Amino acid sequence: MSDNLVLEAKSVSKFFGTITALQNVDLHLNKGEVLGVVGDNGAGKSTLMKVLSGLYKPSEGSLFFDKEKVTLNSPRDSQNLGLEMVYQDLALAGNLPIGDNIFLGREPTRKVGPFNFLDHKKRKQLTEEHLAKLKINVKSADQKVEELSGGQRQAVAIARATAFNAKIVLMDEPTAALAVKEVGKVLDLILNLKKLGVSVIVISHRMDDIFTVCDRVMALFQGTNFAESELKNTSRDEVIGWIMGKKD
Amino acid sequence: MDHGEKRLMDKNQESLFVRLIPFFERYGILLLILIMIAVLHLLQPDVFLSWRNVTNIFKQVSWQSMLALGVFMVIVTAGIDLSVGSIIMLSLMGLAIASKAGMPWYVVMLVAPAIGFLCGMFNGIGITLLRMPHPFIMTLGTLYIFRGIGNLISGGVPITGFAEQIRVIGNGKIKLDVIFGEGAREYIPTSLILMIVIFFIFWIFLNHTRIGKWIYAIGGNPGAARAAGINVDRILIVVYTLCGFLAGIGGLILAGRTNSAYPNAGLQSELDAIAAVIIGGASFFGGRGTVLGVFAGIMIMGILRNGLNLMNVSVFWQQVLIGSIIILAVYIDVLRRQLATRT
Repeated sequence: MSDNLVLEAKSVSKFFGTITALQNVDLHLNKGEVLGVVGDNGAGKSTLMKVLSGLYKPSEGSLFFDKEKVTLNSPRDSQNLGLEMVYQDLALAGNLPIGDNIFLGREPTRKVGPFNFLDHKKRKQLTEEHLAKLKINVKSADQKVEELSGGQRQAVAIARATAFNAKIVLMDEPTAALAVKEVGKVLDLILNLKKLGVSVIVISHRMDDIFTVCDRVMALFQGTNFAESELKNTSRDEVIGWIMGKKD
Repeated sequence: MDHGEKRLMDKNQESLFVRLIPFFERYGILLLILIMIAVLHLLQPDVFLSWRNVTNIFKQVSWQSMLALGVFMVIVTAGIDLSVGSIIMLSLMGLAIASKAGMPWYVVMLVAPAIGFLCGMFNGIGITLLRMPHPFIMTLGTLYIFRGIGNLISGGVPITGFAEQIRVIGNGKIKLDVIFGEGAREYIPTSLILMIVIFFIFWIFLNHTRIGKWIYAIGGNPGAARAAGINVDRILIVVYTLCGFLAGIGGLILAGRTNSAYPNAGLQSELDAIAAVIIGGASFFGGRGTVLGVFAGIMIMGILRNGLNLMNVSVFWQQVLIGSIIILAVYIDVLRRQLATRT
């Protein structure tokens, strides 16, 4: 295995009561690599992402960041290790403005005497800079997220994930709810991240997404590792077969 | 088209009416208060705007406003606290017993907020650690428990007579001799000053601190807050504790105002508090509302009650009117939201 390993999961299992969501799943990710994770609904893709981000604790198995074994107690822990997650349900607070969402939990503050107050000016400035860097068009950084289109919300979610120089970004169906025009922008953004040396894991049902951005693809089936290949050594039909649990 | 160009065009296309919506959203409720004041002034020109009557309104709402402010924060998290009326009674009884036991006034003064603090923390811990399915259930339980304990420790009878320093908080007067000349009858109630200071502190807390931002985030989408690494349970415990603490301060003000602790203190005042919060424009589903709105909501209830009393309208009609205003206020909110989202 490569020396560039940034993230590894070994024999991860996750049980919810009597339901087995994941059973002895392995995953590895190299620096600057885009890994596609495919599988049917209920195959365990989202559960695996939530384990990697620290939202769920694995029932069994272990996680390694930069080859060091870690225990994640919350998404804050994985963030501190440089891993960011873009959730399928986007995990944005619609009642808050774009800037507040991007910096939620990590708000810039300024000290006034013994107290830390929010630095509204700095947050606005950082938000505008970051949105400009990612070429995301919105009316204003103060716009509430609930007023945005699906594509704009996805963009905000990705902006949120990448605002703090993440080393690893997990994306759960980043293009699922988007208009065709917006899909390309998101895929460009993923390739851009790869160029910057960021490792990306993309969950997607869309073969177009997988075959546009990924270096490697792995398939889960009923909560287990089913198949895995470098992208150049496989085909769309083969990957679709994996999703349905068929292997030649 | 260039983005900046497009933005400029959008701005020009917005009609005056559309541009006025945010203004009404922010200040409409203050407009309502001004209209109420104008109408009542016309109906009762000699009495309503007299110094005596105005200070009276503030004294009446001061303890209720503490409950409303606490319940407001809870409602912003999409929760509810039904127990604040009982917390106010329990903290009042605790204060009275400490006073009767001969403790020094500064200890007595701390007893009510301390009891409120502990009651609120109990609620918060129950809702989070015991994983009660909804705050309604936990605080419905403690609504009975706290009032029951209050009656147990007091024997269910009123206790009267507190130290001067306690009474000053609810009933004190800051004389305005400097402005109106020696021996003037005009004054500012101490409780009004206390109310303004506390509202200001909580306005800062909710709008200019990280925890304040997180409280709104939890109300907007608790999943998003959790994903952002926010310890939602801990913030909820803080919110319910502060709510109880404010109810305890309400108990202290009430003790000063009435100079007695009585078994029916704060009975049903949790409903008044919720009503004021809703009238003030907070969303019952969390994430929306302002401290200024709560202040406005409590003032609308206070002015309405006062005005109707001045005009000798029966208490029963007051109930009907306040109920109608709650429904009307929320309906206006529904209409406003429809207008705001129309494209």
